[in-house]
Amino acid sequence: MQKLRYERPVIQKMNAGLMNKYGTRTEYEPVKHIDGVSVASLIQQYGSPVFVISEKTIRRTYQNAVRAFKTRYPKVQFAWSYKTNYINAVCKVFHQEGSWAEVVSGFEYNKALGNGVPGNKIIFNGPEKSNEEIKLAINNDSLIHIDHFDELYQLIDICDSVNKKPRVAIRVNMDTGVYPMWDRFGFNYENGSAWNALTKIVASGKMELTGLHCHIGTYMLSADAYAVAVNKLSDLAFKCKTQLNTSIQYLDLGGGFPSANTLRGAYLPASDTNPSIDDFAEAITTAILNAGFKTEELPLLILETGRALIDDAGYLLGTVLANKRLSDGRRATIMDFGVNILFTSFWYEHKISPAQDFTHHTEDMVLYGPLCMNIDMVRESINLPLLNRGDQVVVHRVGAYNMTQWMQFIQMRPHVVLIDEKGTTHLIREAEDLKYIEQLEKMPAHLSTIKL
Amino acid sequence: MNLRKNVATSESGFIFNPSTGDSFSANPIAAEILIQLKQGVSPSEIKKTVLNKYEVDSSQLERDWDDFLLQLRDANLLDT
Repeated sequence: MQKLRYERPVIQKMNAGLMNKYGTRTEYEPVKHIDGVSVASLIQQYGSPVFVISEKTIRRTYQNAVRAFKTRYPKVQFAWSYKTNYINAVCKVFHQEGSWAEVVSGFEYNKALGNGVPGNKIIFNGPEKSNEEIKLAINNDSLIHIDHFDELYQLIDICDSVNKKPRVAIRVNMDTGVYPMWDRFGFNYENGSAWNALTKIVASGKMELTGLHCHIGTYMLSADAYAVAVNKLSDLAFKCKTQLNTSIQYLDLGGGFPSANTLRGAYLPASDTNPSIDDFAEAITTAILNAGFKTEELPLLILETGRALIDDAGYLLGTVLANKRLSDGRRATIMDFGVNILFTSFWYEHKISPAQDFTHHTEDMVLYGPLCMNIDMVRESINLPLLNRGDQVVVHRVGAYNMTQWMQFIQMRPHVVLIDEKGTTHLIREAEDLKYIEQLEKMPAHLSTIKL
Repeated sequence: MNLRKNVATSESGFIFNPSTGDSFSANPIAAEILIQLKQGVSPSEIKKTVLNKYEVDSSQLERDWDDFLLQLRDANLLDT
């Protein structure tokens, strides 16, 4: 006789009258495939956990963002934010689509060069640039975005030894009505520091002032704040033209657009509340078009969008290690991935889907990672179908920041796999092993032997 | 380990504890187990039935059984 499918016994207390008006869970389908490739086969081939990136989704998301801006404004250029995900294969997808590179360190700068990005299409941001890195950027004709006065004077000094005028912009911070105001990077608009920096650049005669840059925040939930930023940058651009006789060639509005991940503590899912890329495009381009530039003098609009372009394309596949019950009766499930590789679980309530069939019975549970550390909690409270040891899950929207901010802590970092547009899988970053981790360590001779 | 005598169970998985006023929903296998417990069937007999009827090995069932008892205890459905 054929045996019946087993599900472990559970009871769930019924709380009549206490349901919230948004209902309970909304995920009723298992996610068994990513771009036509089965989750089970990915885990079988590449192990668990494993990051999976959909090339199709990257291209589709990028093209949608380009469409949103280019249909509203004639001169638009995206620059891929390396820090969001600098695995070379990922960067190259963006570069193939036409994206420049936006880097914030010498390390990232060299990565961009290595990926074949021409020097004059690299934007060099960030508060730390060594003399050597600045010289390299000047010689490559890169766009150097100055962050503070010390860097401005550093550049002036370097210009004396380099027989080339660097193309520079300043990063401007400002009050756009959004709290918290990001004022740690760049020169402040309201207190006049930005204008002071611009006059010093032009007065030095050693640099070519080409652009104005801002990056007003991250995970911005208001498109209007960008319009405020455009107005303030435009004001500086007009002053540069009229008072410094210098035309600003581009406005770089930075990044900060949110993805559809739900922030921790948010009442509603992000997909219902966050502005779309079209909302941001509308706010930004309308503000530039209404700022008063002559048609032939409209500045190039540069965007350094990272998160919104890559988050959706990333998945983390993992496996249930164990179930247990906590002292207060709550279910706890331990996964084979934790905050070491899913750094964004500190910020987001990641959507997690089982990868196999399940019944309608669910449990509220805490989702822990495998680390022997108390901080290793992926979801504080999540309602999922009954999971057993060995069951597989898919974590959605993990493409941004996880593959750069991940930590080699207690566990190794896993494989990263790209699914191309034809559904073929490619290993784009190998999992670490002990040899890789220890290759930089040195052992003093007197510690080479131990006796226990 | 006995289910409280006054706890009401149904085949559809509805459980009511008149002492506390709490009600619970059970998944089908939990409902089956509860009905058998209420009828006084011994845990070992119930486990044997489950092993014969469902695709599960004894080690998994043992772990899930212990967890189920914790749930029942938590829900105040067992005689102390």
